[in-house]
Amino acid sequence: MSRLIRLDRTGHTELAEWSIDGDGVHRARTAFAAELDHGYFAVATGPDGGAEQVRELPLNAELVVLRRPIAGG
Amino acid sequence: MTDSAAAPDTALALVGVLPELAAVAWRPRVDEAALERIDRRWTRWTIGQEVPFLLTAAGLPWLSPVLGILSVAALGFAWLIPHLYANRGAGVVAPPRPWGAPPTDRPDEHAERRALGLLADLVGHDARVTLSQTGFVLERGRFGVWLLGPAGALLVRPGARRVQSYCVHATGEPLPRADRIAHLLLALRADEAGFATVANLSFSGARWRVRRCLDTPARDALDAAVALAAR
Repeated sequence: MSRLIRLDRTGHTELAEWSIDGDGVHRARTAFAAELDHGYFAVATGPDGGAEQVRELPLNAELVVLRRPIAGG
Repeated sequence: MTDSAAAPDTALALVGVLPELAAVAWRPRVDEAALERIDRRWTRWTIGQEVPFLLTAAGLPWLSPVLGILSVAALGFAWLIPHLYANRGAGVVAPPRPWGAPPTDRPDEHAERRALGLLADLVGHDARVTLSQTGFVLERGRFGVWLLGPAGALLVRPGARRVQSYCVHATGEPLPRADRIAHLLLALRADEAGFATVANLSFSGARWRVRRCLDTPARDALDAAVALAAR
């Protein structure tokens, strides 16, 4: 199962789980879009330590993390 | 592209750029040549500040031995000014100072543990060991080895003689310490050049100058970063 989580003040919150065959995809996409509307950015992480900034839910990613913007200063 | 400290040869190819770059559109995107220019500029700046004090310290006793006391003062300034810059650079990974205010709006202990668990899952084995021992995350990138704290990062440049300090933090609500580090780690992995562009550079100079301004956990993490850079 792939997971969509949001980094927040609770540590993190799991918003949705889905599988590549379609289970939970609609719910995950809905949650993903809602969090992007709230100003979160999404990063898809791979098991080997890579990460990629994404704007659509990558269904084949194991873990998608929603984070707040960063800023200098 | 960045590599996990534990799996330096297996990172994904990265294609995205940080959306935060839109907020600093006037800044040219950082690359290796830009970082080298920054290093040279800081070196020239430091030399330019040191030389007048050192010449003063050397010349005054020739005019009159009694002026030796002013030479000592000039040497003191020659030591103090670079130290102040290095101290500012070290401050990017210093623990947040409460400034006398009670920590009323901080995430609770459960949130800290939950965030730390996720961060540990995101990093490789070696970086996890450093995280548990020091509270900092190490990440190897194209520009060097990054030491990530909750509100800033140190970049140990190739060769490990120089360090660059960056102020950068997650915006929005108060977050657990490990979550703030996770924000920086994810942004760094997604777009290292973008990360260095968004962050504010606060210091570039000799590693030993910064190291002596760090507290023990950050100093241990910096030593681990140097060891990783040497591999």
